[in-house]
This record gives sequence, C-alpha cells and structure tokens, in this order.
Amino acid sequence: MSNLPPELKEKLEAQISHSEHPREQVINIMYALQKHYGYLSDEAVRQAATLLDMNPLEIEELATFYDFIYRQPVGKFVIHVCDGLVCWMFHEGSVFDYLCKKLGVCAGEVTADGLFTVLPTACLGYCDHAPAMLINGVFYGSLTPEKIDDILEKLRREFCDLIICR
Amino acid sequence: MAEQVLLLNRQTDRPLSFDEYRKSGGYEALMATLGSRTPAEVRQIVLDSGLRGRGGAGFPTGRKWSFIGKEHPRYLVPNTDEMEPGTFKDRVLVNVNPHLVLEGIILSAYAISAAKGIFFIRPSYEMDAELIERELAVAREARLLGNNILGSDFSFDLLVHRSAGRYICGEATAQVNAIMGRRPHPNKEVHMTDEGLWGKPTIVNNVETLACVPHILQKGPEWFKALARSHGGAGTKLYCVSGRVTRPGCYELPIGTPLCEIIAEAGGLSPGSELKAFLPGGASTSFMPKKFLEVEMDFEPLKATGNRLGTGAIIVFDQNTCLVGATLNLINYFARESCGFCTPCREGLPFIRDLLRRLENGEGKEEFIPMLKQMAHHMSKAYCAFAPGAASPLLGLLNHFEAEIQEHISQRQCPLKSLE
Repeated sequence: MSNLPPELKEKLEAQISHSEHPREQVINIMYALQKHYGYLSDEAVRQAATLLDMNPLEIEELATFYDFIYRQPVGKFVIHVCDGLVCWMFHEGSVFDYLCKKLGVCAGEVTADGLFTVLPTACLGYCDHAPAMLINGVFYGSLTPEKIDDILEKLRREFCDLIICR
Repeated sequence: MAEQVLLLNRQTDRPLSFDEYRKSGGYEALMATLGSRTPAEVRQIVLDSGLRGRGGAGFPTGRKWSFIGKEHPRYLVPNTDEMEPGTFKDRVLVNVNPHLVLEGIILSAYAISAAKGIFFIRPSYEMDAELIERELAVAREARLLGNNILGSDFSFDLLVHRSAGRYICGEATAQVNAIMGRRPHPNKEVHMTDEGLWGKPTIVNNVETLACVPHILQKGPEWFKALARSHGGAGTKLYCVSGRVTRPGCYELPIGTPLCEIIAEAGGLSPGSELKAFLPGGASTSFMPKKFLEVEMDFEPLKATGNRLGTGAIIVFDQNTCLVGATLNLINYFARESCGFCTPCREGLPFIRDLLRRLENGEGKEEFIPMLKQMAHHMSKAYCAFAPGAASPLLGLLNHFEAEIQEHISQRQCPLKSLE
C-alpha cells in the first residue's frame, strides 16, 4: 500500500470496518481508488483486494463487468455517449463519430491533452432529451454538433468539479 | 388532465421538499399505519388493491410480499436501476417527489418487517442518488427513519447502493449479488423471499411500485382499482414516451389508457411523421404495427396481443426509421449487456447481431429469415429472462415487418438508404 496517501487509506479502512458486510463496500472502494489514480490501475486492483481481504481476481471480475469502472487510463472527462435505441434514432451514431473526429480519438483513447475519453454507453435514461451524453455525472441532451462544440469548449476553459465515475 | 397521484404537485425545475410533501398529506399514511395496522393487514390491503410490479414483470406486489420468509433480519431493496432502453420514469419520479418514494419504502418495509433497505441506483443517476441521500437525512431527522420510527417499535433504515452500471443488475437476483459484491449473475437456484441478501428474506421492488403504497393505504384498495381504465387493472401508470413525438416525456395516466391517447398526451406524432411502429414497454418488448393503436396499455390487454407492458416506456417510430436497423441497435445492446453466464445468450445474441448487420448492409439472403426465427425461439432456452426479452423486438420484426426484411434482401441495401 505504499502509494496510497495515509489519509485515504485510513478513510477507506474505516469505511470498510464500519460496514456490517465489508464486501458491500467493494464498488465504493473501486470508485474511490479510481478517483485517486484516474482509473482502476493494476496497483489499485491489488490495493482493493488487500483492503477488502479479497483475491485480486475477484476484484478483476467485478471491475471488468461494470461500465463505469475503467481498467485503462481515461481522460479527465469521460464522455459516455448514449447508444440506446432512441438516441440512435435521432443521430444514427453521428454524435459518437462526431466527438471522435472532433477530438481525434477512437473509442476509449485519451486525447493528447489528457482531457477527454469517448465511450459508447448503454441507454442513459435520458430518452426525452435524445440524443444525449453523460460527462462525469452531468447529462447533456438534445445534442447538435454546435452544442457539442460549446460543451467541449466550456469543459476546456472552466473548472469543473468531478462528480463520480473517477 | 388525468388525476395525478404519483406526480401530484409536480414542479418543472425542482423536487418537492419535505415540507411541501407534508402539507399535501405526506407521511400521514405512515403515521396512521404504524399505530393501527399490523404488517399482515398492510400486506392484505396491498394485495386487495391489485397493485402489480411496475418494473416490467407485473407480478402482484401483495402476493410477492406474502412469500416473505420467517427469518430476520429481512431486507427491502428499492430498485432504481432502470436500464431498460426507453425508460426514465423512475428518474422522473424520484426527482418530482423523493419523499413519496421514501414513504412508500418505509411502509413497504413495515409490511414485510424489514430492518434494512438498500436503495439500488445506477451510476448515470448519481444526481438522484445524492438527492435521495439528502432527503433521507431529512426523514431521519424527523424520526421517520431509524430506530423506533415515530415512537413505535418499528425500526428501519435505508442506505444507498451505487451501482457501477450493467443492465443485468436490474434483475432481482443479480441485483442482490451486486450488492453483496459478487459478480452480478442471476441466480435461479434460490428463493429471494427466503434466501436473498446475505441469505436472509429479501424483497426487491421497483420504486414506482413502492410509491403507490402510501396512497393505497390512505385511500383504500377500491379507490386504487377505480383509477384504472382497463377492466381488472389498478392504479395509474408512469408512461415514458420517446421517439417521434412532439413532446417526449413522462406522463402519469390511468393504467389501461389506450396507446393513441398516450401519444396524444405527448403532443402527437412529430411534424411530418407518420406512425410506423411502436414498442410498448422498453427494449424487451415486441414491435407493434399501427393496427394496435387502440390497445389498452395494461398488463393483461398487452398479454392478450402476445406482447408485454414491460416498463410502459413507449418508443414511437415513424416512416423514416428502418426497423431492421432499430432491431440491430437493440440486439447489439443486449449482446453487449449479456452477462455471459449461459450459452444461448452469450453465443446466440452475437449470431443474431451478425445476421441483422448483414441484412442492414445489403448482404442479406433469404435463408437468414428462418435462421433468425429459429435463433429467436432458442433464446427461451437461456438461464434467465434476459435473452427471451432480447428476442422480443426481433420476433416483432419477424411477425409484423417481414416485408421490410424482404426489401433489404431484394434491394441489396436498406430501402431507406436508397431513398437518400
């Protein structure tokens, strides 16, 4: 646990010991480590296993199961583009393609400035504002290329408090 | 406007506060119940009301509760996973009236004598998870949650479980595995009502279902039944309407309202759009053609047509949407979301996806149609309800829109693309 700051380590240990069933905390622990490292690194997988007294393989099988746990480095802003049916009807894939083209990345890659990663995501539940995307916990709907440009520009310029997902 | 029950006093830009909810009679059902009714009486009232689960399966809620095992502690898991494509009613409900949801949870916990609740919520709804946590603290402060609620001998508390996102987590047994930090595969070997969360009696209910409970207890089962439009139905329903309509959104209407009236409520078809098809209840229901416009949107009337009400999430398609392409989108979704546990689902869905992709790309052949039919029927051999659900839109396409598949084969391309 050499790399984990003592205060974070203590906080996570307390969270686990206060839980009636420590294993119920596994997703919260993965989220916390992901936030610390920027993604769920190999080191983080080992740390989660040690903290929870689980096998690293048990952490791995959870980490790779879930959409919002990133096992590879991601940008500061992870853009989850809805590829649900209703969004598809309105943009037929072009929001995703537009973002990738605009940012010069393929799915899952990080832009050179370290800011953005684009990922396709299961229906976000924002179908009344299709097409939609989710960036670090915030919904953006009724997207057009112009609107997307504005959102990216705003994220580049303004400080944005990271909410979840990393 | 139809009588609003769950979305009463809806504000467009903010949730109703604790005080606002109290002023309109909120938590009175809880106060009246804790002092005067036994859990068994509450279960009976809910059974008599005819309330059926709003998460998709439509199982009678009172009956589900009646199976609760003898052991303690018991758990209640309010399900806000809501990952069925097209569905966003639970997000709207939690955002309009968080305390109605909480009161429903507390009363339902009382009905099954649960000591603890785990509010299961998907990561895309983080804002709503935070809202619920804030309002939970308010309710706890008012002694509506925690030890000896309102001075009674009933104690119950609620925690929020943040999921990390996967469709199968909406399935009750998978959800319980997810909470326990196990890989969220469905588990058909155990009865949740006896051996659910941590091996104890557990009930998983959709939050829309739970939100009906305070009203049922306050106004009675007969009142609840009388809300319905359909014969034998009960209550109102939160219908989500999306796709080619003028005002997509979540509308509370009597359960059993005919589809055409729900579409009218959403402002009718978008300008220039003609109705081609619709999905009545999310992605795991079957495409229906225009001739079903009058169908009453309730469990039994849809079952009579060979379809399902599902979540009541209506997706409207017009003449410009290719239904082969739409089915391909859905099968692609299901193939990705499959947990991979059983073979028919893990291997079958990518096979179907491949056939549909070739059809959509103009590489389709006649023999694909019987192959698709056979594969769709094989999905019933899967371990859980996921794969049969995934096969539903495909069966709708095959049953009602085979001519559109044929056009893809004869024109060697998507007929809508040839018009561009």
